[in-house]
Amino acid sequence: MKTFWALYVSFLKIGALMFGSGYTMLPLLTREIVEHRAWITQEELLDAFALSQCVPGVIAVNTAAFIGQKRGGWGGAAAAILGVMTAPIIAILLVATVLMQFWNNPIMISAFNGVRIAVAAVITSAVISLIRSNVKDWLGIALCFAGFVMIAVAHLSPIFVVLMAVAVGLVMWGIRK
Amino acid sequence: MTYLLLFLEFFQTGLFAVGGGYATLPFIQKMMERYPDWFGTLRLADITAISEATPGPVGVNAATFAGYSAGGVLGALVASFALVLPSFVIVSLVARILEKSRQSLLITELFSALRPAVTGLIAAAAWTVIYASLFTGSLAGGFWQAIDWKNVVLYAVLLGLLFVPKVKKLHPVFFFLAGGIAGIVMGLF
Repeated sequence: MKTFWALYVSFLKIGALMFGSGYTMLPLLTREIVEHRAWITQEELLDAFALSQCVPGVIAVNTAAFIGQKRGGWGGAAAAILGVMTAPIIAILLVATVLMQFWNNPIMISAFNGVRIAVAAVITSAVISLIRSNVKDWLGIALCFAGFVMIAVAHLSPIFVVLMAVAVGLVMWGIRK
Repeated sequence: MTYLLLFLEFFQTGLFAVGGGYATLPFIQKMMERYPDWFGTLRLADITAISEATPGPVGVNAATFAGYSAGGVLGALVASFALVLPSFVIVSLVARILEKSRQSLLITELFSALRPAVTGLIAAAAWTVIYASLFTGSLAGGFWQAIDWKNVVLYAVLLGLLFVPKVKKLHPVFFFLAGGIAGIVMGLF
């Protein structure tokens, strides 16, 4: 029980202090899980983090589940996930109830017009760095292009892109093993 | 009924969104097409901005926010728990299995195919956001007529700043704040 509570509290802190994508949580995890609690080593943390990016789901939640499972089995995984979710749920509910009251205000409309453009710029630079680190050979270019076309042009569900990639991965494994 | 649909949609998202926060966006985009009344006048970029600007992982924030606008507080809880349920099961199983079989070739091959495909998928969601903020109205009246030049200039300036070594390390919230202020100023003219 003590382990579960410690996991919950640690991940509550991490969920409350991180912003944006899972990458921002790595320094927080190092401080809390490796240095403060000494639950796992920095090397194990990087493994957990790498793995969390490869399995489905939100990276931060996956990392929480991974460390929780390692420390306290199924109960530990549940405690860590609940911890990392608590702050974001409360924050969003506050923002949503307050923000929605002003949604049709003219200043709000022009402000969000500008915010949307900033989002477009931020997401463009995120995609550029994703392409730099994930697309490395001709097969990668083909898969990336196929993924883009399947969504942007053919309007298919993203599920098909994931299934396509899994099929290609299986074929490559069959060839190379 | 809405709650059941929310559960199924976000469970699917949690099950198939590989690659972190932005990977949930194409799924939410698809939901916006399928259930337009869930999101009212909200756009994908609004959900992205609010998720980036509040504490917590983008994926959980986006699910909570989308769930709230579709079905109130209960909708928010249903959506966010449905999103993390696959993580709970899959990651726990993987963590247990992985202790035995590290570095298998099958896993390596699967992920080296998944990463570029997911990048393309995220690029498609990004395109929707870019398109919606740079073009006003439809392309029917001609490509050049549809472009909002004020918006293009602001986009280019902000994107340029994102390549300046020290500036690009700033948290995205600062860029959203700058965009919001520029938006208010542009709205005055």
